[in-house]
Amino acid sequence: MTETVTPKIKMTGVRKAFGQKVVLDSFDLEVLPRESVVIIGGSGSGKSVSLKCVLGLLQPDEGVIEIDGVDVGKLSHSDREEVNSRIGMLFQNAALFDSLPVWENVAFGLIQGKQMARNTAKDIAIDKLAQVGLGADVAVLSPAELSGGMRKRVGLARAIAGDPDIIFFDEPTTGLDPIMGHMIDNLIVECVRNVGATALTITHDMPSARRISDRMAMLYKGKNIWQGPTANIDNSGNDYVDQFITGSAEGPITMEVFRP
Amino acid sequence: MSADGDTGGRAGPLELLRRVGAAILSFLEATGKLTVFAMTGISHCVRPPIYFRLIGQQMIDIGYYSLPVVGLTTLFAGMVLALQSYTGFARFSAEGAIPNVVVLSMTRELGPVLAGLMIAGRIGAAMAAELGTMRVTEQIDALETLSTNPFKYLVAPRLIAGVTMMPLLVLVGDIIGVFGGYIVSIYKLGFNASAYLQNTWEFLQVQDVTSGLVKAAVFGFLVALMGCYHGYNSRGGAQGVGAATTNSVVSASILILVFNYIITELFFAQ
Ligand SMILES: Nc1ncnc2c1ncn2[C@@H]1O[C@H](COP(=O)(O)OP(=O)(O)O)[C@@H](O)[C@H]1O
Ligand SMILES: [Mg+2]
Repeated sequence: MTETVTPKIKMTGVRKAFGQKVVLDSFDLEVLPRESVVIIGGSGSGKSVSLKCVLGLLQPDEGVIEIDGVDVGKLSHSDREEVNSRIGMLFQNAALFDSLPVWENVAFGLIQGKQMARNTAKDIAIDKLAQVGLGADVAVLSPAELSGGMRKRVGLARAIAGDPDIIFFDEPTTGLDPIMGHMIDNLIVECVRNVGATALTITHDMPSARRISDRMAMLYKGKNIWQGPTANIDNSGNDYVDQFITGSAEGPITMEVFRP
Repeated sequence: MSADGDTGGRAGPLELLRRVGAAILSFLEATGKLTVFAMTGISHCVRPPIYFRLIGQQMIDIGYYSLPVVGLTTLFAGMVLALQSYTGFARFSAEGAIPNVVVLSMTRELGPVLAGLMIAGRIGAAMAAELGTMRVTEQIDALETLSTNPFKYLVAPRLIAGVTMMPLLVLVGDIIGVFGGYIVSIYKLGFNASAYLQNTWEFLQVQDVTSGLVKAAVFGFLVALMGCYHGYNSRGGAQGVGAATTNSVVSASILILVFNYIITELFFAQ
C-alpha cells in the first residue's frame, strides 16, 4: 500500500449503537480505488449497518467516514446527494419500487437524480437490463411479477445504471440457488470491471466471497478482526476466520443460542 | 391476578409520579417529532424540484376516487338530518327552519367532518400502508441512494393533494347533502319545493361555506400528514405496517374532531 493513494472509502473508529445494543464498535476499514472488498460476518453482526453508515442512511455515533478523502459526516444534504449519485447500491432484498415498472426502477436515478429525459433513460435502462441478462420484455413487467433471481438482477441493473464509482452489494447471493448465485457473482465481477468501479460487498456466502473479492475483512462483535488478500484467507492464522470459513460449530465464535 | 394487585399496592405515589412524568415526556417527544416532520414536509412542498406527475396522481386518488364514498355519506347525512329535525321541530310548529338547519349543518359541520373521517379511513390508511411497506422493504432507503429526497418524492405530493382536494370534495359533499335533505323534505315531508330552496339560500352566508372549506383543507392536511408520518416511521415488518395504518386512522380522526372545534371557535365565537 503506497502512501499517496487516497482510499475510496475509509472508515475510522466507527461506532453505532441502537439503544443498549452496540452493533459497530470502533470499526475500521479502507477500500482502495478499483478494489473489490468483501466483508464477511455472521447474520446480525452489523454488516448491513456498516454499509448504511457509509451511505448516510444511518448516522454513526462516533468515528469518521471518508469517501475520496472527504469526511461525509460533515456534508450538507445537497452535497451528500451529490456523493450518493456516484454510488450504486444493491439492497439485500433488491428494494425495487413496486409502484413502478422494471425499466423505470432501473432508470430511476437517471430520471429523478440526474434529470435525464424519460426516453433516453429508458434506452439506457434496457441496455443495463441486457447487461444483466434480462430482455426488453421484462422491462415492462412490474417487480411483483419477477422471481427472486430476476429481482436481484434488476436491482443490480439499477445499481450500475448511473455508471457509479462505488458499488455496494448487500448479500447479493443470499436466498438464491447455487447456480443463480454463481451467475450473479459473474455479473458482479463483470459489471465492476466494465464500469471500473470500486466494490464493497457484504456476505456470509464464502464461495461467493472468494469469487468476487480481491480482499476480505471479517466483522465480528462490531470490529474488523482480520483483513487480507483473498488468496490468504485459508491461512489467515485467525481462529475466528478459520471457524467462519469452515462453518464449524466448534470454535471461538459462540452463537447466542439458548441452551436449557 | 392477586400478584397484579400486590404490585399495584406497592407502587407508591412516587412510582405514580414517575409514570405520569414518563408519559408526559414521551407525549412531548412525539409532538416534537411530528412537528419537525410536518415542517420538513411543508418546506419541501415549496422548494423545487416539484414532482407534478406525482401530485397529479395523488390528486386523482384523493379527489376523484373518493367522490362515491363522500357523496354517499353526505347524501344520507342530509336525508337523515331533514327527517330528524322534522320530528323535533314539528312539536314546536317550527318545520320552516328545516332548510336552514340542513344547509347550515352540512356546510359548517357535517360536510367537512364526515368527509374528513371517510378520507382518513380511505386515504390516510392507504398512505400509511404504502409508505410503511416502502420503509420496511428498504424502498425509502433506496430512494435516498438514488439521490431522491423521500420527503420531496413521497410526503410533499401527498400533503399538497390532501390540502387542495379536500375542499373540492367537501364542496361537492355539501351540495349532495343539501340535495339529500331536499329530497326527504319534498317527497316525504311534503314541503313546497321552491319555498324550500328559497329558505335554503336566504339564510346561507358566505362564511358558512368558507369556514367549512377551511376546515376541509386543514383536515386534508392532517389526514395526509398522519398517513405519511406513521408510514414513514413504521418499524418491524408486516406487524409494524399494520400498527402504522391503525395509528394513522385513529390519530387523524381524533385530530379532525379537535381541530373542528378549534376552527369553529375561531370563525364563530363572538
Ligand atoms: N434501524 C435499526 N434499529 C434498531 N436496530 C437495528 C436497526 N438496524 C439494524 N439493527 C440491529 O443491528 C444488528 C445488525 O443488523 P444488520 O447490520 O442488518 O445485520 P447483518 O450483518 O445480518 O446485515 C441487528 O441485531 C439488528 O437488530
Ligand atoms: Mg444484512
